[in-house]
Amino acid sequence: MMRSTPFMETDMRHISILAALLIAAGGAHAESPRDFLTRFEKEAGAAASPERGARFFTTKQSGEWSCASCHTDKPTQVGRHAKTDKAITALAPVANAERFTDAAKVDKWFRRNCNDTLSRLCTAQEKADVMGWLLSLK
Amino acid sequence: MTRQLALPFLLAALSLPALADSYSLPKNVAFEEECTSCHIAYPPQMLDARSWQHMMNGLANHFGTDASIDDRRRTAIADFLARNSGGRKTGRTVDAKGNPLLRITETARFERKHRDVTAATWKRASIKSPANCAACHAQAAAGDYSERSISIPK
Ligand code: HEC
Ligand code: HEC
Ligand code: HEC
Repeated sequence: MMRSTPFMETDMRHISILAALLIAAGGAHAESPRDFLTRFEKEAGAAASPERGARFFTTKQSGEWSCASCHTDKPTQVGRHAKTDKAITALAPVANAERFTDAAKVDKWFRRNCNDTLSRLCTAQEKADVMGWLLSLK
Repeated sequence: MTRQLALPFLLAALSLPALADSYSLPKNVAFEEECTSCHIAYPPQMLDARSWQHMMNGLANHFGTDASIDDRRRTAIADFLARNSGGRKTGRTVDAKGNPLLRITETARFERKHRDVTAATWKRASIKSPANCAACHAQAAAGDYSERSISIPK
């Protein structure tokens, strides 16, 4: 058994205070993938269709890319940036716990990637459909 | 030369090759988060301040992609890039008309350093683009472009 010295005790106390602060600070903003589905469905005023989401994700619209060009048509896998070749970690929440946990990040990438693939923003319904599909992947 | 003098000289000479071409990245959270998601961190030292300024003013159309970010972050990264830009080896990064270049791969220094790489090599499927530094420079993401970590893929 290890005996903790007074030094270690203060250390541990500091660490747990810090941890508590971090959890409190993070808790206010941390989101889960389901929260995004709920939000987009509410904005769209209609339920998500995972089938439509799958079609949207894997089909080229106006530009040279579809979502699948970088995220693959099986987003539980690692993707590759179509232009730079850089690896992109899996997009589906089941395969990557970091996905869809930060609203600023999610909104930023929907804005950019929709612009790049559709030359416009995605509608709330399109985002809900994609979310519904990504959450249905096993 | 006495031995006392020779040792420091020897040490300095030994450490020079490592320093000469190391583009180590100064730490910056905003730059890391916003400028390394689509490609490796390109070294701020490889373009002059005017080139970076132009790039940071046109992120909504960044080499054919939308890389736009909020203004607070944009200003912070622009400052970081300006502070760490250029240097003696880089010189001015402008085209023949004096307009700022946005691509490191179009600068005179890049062209000089890669004179021996043929056009066919750049187009290999394993390389795709001169901008894909990491295809040949294994340690590019860490800012190390030295000869010992270069290997051209087939
Ligand atoms: C040209 C390549 C490319 C295309 C096309 C693309 N993406 Fe992305 N996407 C990326 C990159 C790069 C990231 C950020 C890197 C990372 O987070 O690993 C990203 C991140 C995201 C994120 C952030 C998720 C999170 O919480 O981390 C979402 C959502 C997303 N993409 C959705 C889409 C959708 C929907 C489409 C089609 C409309 C699409 N992407 C098309 C490259 C692309
Ligand atoms: C949304 C994706 C994306 C983001 C975010 C992004 N870039 Fe890029 N960047 C690209 C693409 C695509 C290219 C072109 C690559 C090619 O030609 O192979 C590029 C090229 C570059 C080049 C030129 C490479 C050359 O040819 O010498 C520089 C420099 C650069 N980016 C800097 C930045 C900086 C600084 C940031 C952060 C403010 C940034 N990038 C963020 C996608 C992105
Ligand atoms: C096709 C493979 C390839 C790619 C891609 C490539 N390089 Fe190189 N690079 C080389 C080779 C080969 C040399 C060595 C040339 C020599 O020593 O004659 C070199 C040399 C260099 C040097 C000089 C190193 C030294 O010690 O003198 C720098 C700096 C450099 N490259 C930066 C870059 C950057 C930045 C990129 C991406 C924007 C890049 N390279 C992309 C193959 C490549």
